[in-house]
Amino acid sequence: MKRSGAISMGMDGLNNAVIPGHATPEQYTKEITIANDGIVNQAAVLKYAQRCYGIIEELDRFGIRFAKTENGDFAVKKVHHLGSYVLPMPNGDTVKKALYRQLRRARLLISNRYMATRLLTGADGRIAGAIAVNTRSAEFLVIRAKTVILCMGAAGRLGLPASGYLFGTYENAANSGDGYAMAYHAGAALANLECFQINPLIKDYNGPACAYVAGPFGAYTANNEGARFIECDYWSGQMMLEFFNELKSGKGPVFLKLNHLHEDTIAEIESILHKVERPSRGEFHAGRGTDYRRDMIEMHISEIGFCSGHSASGVFVDEFARTTVPGLYAAGDMASVPHNYMLGAFTNGAIAGEDAAEQAYGLDFAEIDPVDIARERERVLAPTRREDGIPPNQIEYKTRRLVNDYLQPPKVRRKYELAQARFAEIRDDLENRMLARNAHELLRALEAASILDCADMAAFASLYRQESRWGLYHLRTDYPAKDEANWFCHTLLSKRDGRMTGEKRAVDPYIVPVADDEKALYGKQRLRASA
Amino acid sequence: MPLAATQTSVPVVVDNDKCIADKGCTVCVDVCPLDVLRISEMTGKAYMAYDECWYCMPCACDCPTGAVTVNIPYLLK
Ligand SMILES: Cc1cc2nc3c(=O)[nH]c(=O)nc-3n(C[C@H](O)[C@H](O)[C@H](O)COP(=O)(O)OP(=O)(O)OC[C@H]3O[C@@H](n4cnc5c(N)ncnc54)[C@H](O)[C@@H]3O)c2cc1C
Ligand code: SF4
Ligand code: SF4
Repeated sequence: MKRSGAISMGMDGLNNAVIPGHATPEQYTKEITIANDGIVNQAAVLKYAQRCYGIIEELDRFGIRFAKTENGDFAVKKVHHLGSYVLPMPNGDTVKKALYRQLRRARLLISNRYMATRLLTGADGRIAGAIAVNTRSAEFLVIRAKTVILCMGAAGRLGLPASGYLFGTYENAANSGDGYAMAYHAGAALANLECFQINPLIKDYNGPACAYVAGPFGAYTANNEGARFIECDYWSGQMMLEFFNELKSGKGPVFLKLNHLHEDTIAEIESILHKVERPSRGEFHAGRGTDYRRDMIEMHISEIGFCSGHSASGVFVDEFARTTVPGLYAAGDMASVPHNYMLGAFTNGAIAGEDAAEQAYGLDFAEIDPVDIARERERVLAPTRREDGIPPNQIEYKTRRLVNDYLQPPKVRRKYELAQARFAEIRDDLENRMLARNAHELLRALEAASILDCADMAAFASLYRQESRWGLYHLRTDYPAKDEANWFCHTLLSKRDGRMTGEKRAVDPYIVPVADDEKALYGKQRLRASA
Repeated sequence: MPLAATQTSVPVVVDNDKCIADKGCTVCVDVCPLDVLRISEMTGKAYMAYDECWYCMPCACDCPTGAVTVNIPYLLK
């Protein structure tokens, strides 16, 4: 817990702070709506935007400092296409420590090294608890609960990094998509999973370059001629599509360019990027002899993942963070509130916690069926009962290599169908031949099962939405155009009678209207001069 | 299918002279989000038991004696 999650080494700033005087909740809601091609649950985005400033004040009380101008105002930076929401945190390296201190102060029970594997529901469909396994001893634990909040981060080990290193991911590599798999098996709906996460990252290192930090200082994304080709470095599907097009055009590789900046500016950027968030960036550059003063930083397109923090997919939630299973909540990178980053995880986590506590107050525990527990015990421990078999790392490698081969956009129907056939073969191996020789291998074995579930969901959801949307994230070769008449809707994936099913769900009427001439603003990413 | 032991060069190196695991320290093992560090029963010192590292650095940062070095994993460095 002390160093867990995406913020284990802190964060350089808030990517989406809605601060009075700089932006209004309505402006932010409108921008996020446009950035996501209109498919958002505005009530949840607006609720976040209204609540997040209170969370910033709370972080301030915890000792986190935020960048201020000379006259004491918040020094908010513009990275998004329209509004200004990026707020640097000068002591951002301490954010995880500060949160951990609060947990200790509140004397919360923290149980480290237990991996949640499945949710339990009662006969009435209500949440009844969860099952967890100790990753050091393989102890099997049944937890009863009146309400449960899922907050297990992104599905970060879905595609295979180009380096071939299983743990060389953008996301914290501890996030293998267990939350998505658990929600799915409990019958919760998952929204818009075809809207993949694909990021522009430092090649091979696979971490952010990071334009959000360096951009406001004057750095920008450039092609091999050193020329700018996109209007705005904010990560969106449309931006990624232009990145992809530039690579295809022969003007790649794409770089982050800062070598035109003043020495003092570069030193300041380095002092942030090599200290916080992914501090091994500095060593990586040193190893290759890359100096920001002289060289541009080579970037590439990452493998795919699921993450609402940066895209728009996730376990479907309303503005109270409630999923479609009564008593089950989801928050952070795995819940469907789009582009919500770290402050979104904090704010929606607070919203979930408040509602979950309130709901639990008047409830009794739901009954747990012993058959469900026995079935899960059998599933979890099966790899430990074999004498011989396939190790989890090979199952995982093969799944993720096939995700790259077949699921990486542009999405081709025939490739997707082949992927589904190959995944079914791997599933047979995973269920009948996977071998774990100790508790640590069992952890990896259970993660491999979640990764395969996520791969299947990624394939199913992508075939279900028969149009292209969100730039590169859902670019189908057989349906290359956006189809507002038939697909201006959420797609919900869920498990019904043991099978994966899809359905459409209407986008709720907007609370913050978007004018027709504003809708395409994120579609115009390419700079006119280089078009 | 039978198993083979394949060798791999791991990114995290512990300086045994500095490591005080024999005095009860387990800080790096406790903070690693990937749970890949262990204390060796043979040497009584910390070491990387699994090549599954996110090169994130809490182990190096929190070690009280500065015994841990995190290198970039070979496949991506
Ligand atoms: C490299 C990087 C840079 C970023 N930079 C910024 C930035 O500058 N500003 C910003 O605002 N946002 C940034 N983000 C996004 C932000 O960090 C995330 O949106 C946020 O941390 C998500 O919080 P979370 O709690 O949902 O997930 P996480 O912080 O990833 O936490 C998920 C937790 O769940 C645990 N877990 C997973 N599976 C299980 C299981 N089966 N059982 C038990 N526990 C489990 C994991 O170990 C982990 O601790 C960045 C993200 C990354 C990866
Ligand atoms: S760098 Fe991170 S993942 Fe690697 S051993 Fe250290 S704490 Fe663990
Ligand atoms: S934190 Fe440092 S001193 Fe402690 S066990 Fe690890 S390497 Fe040894």
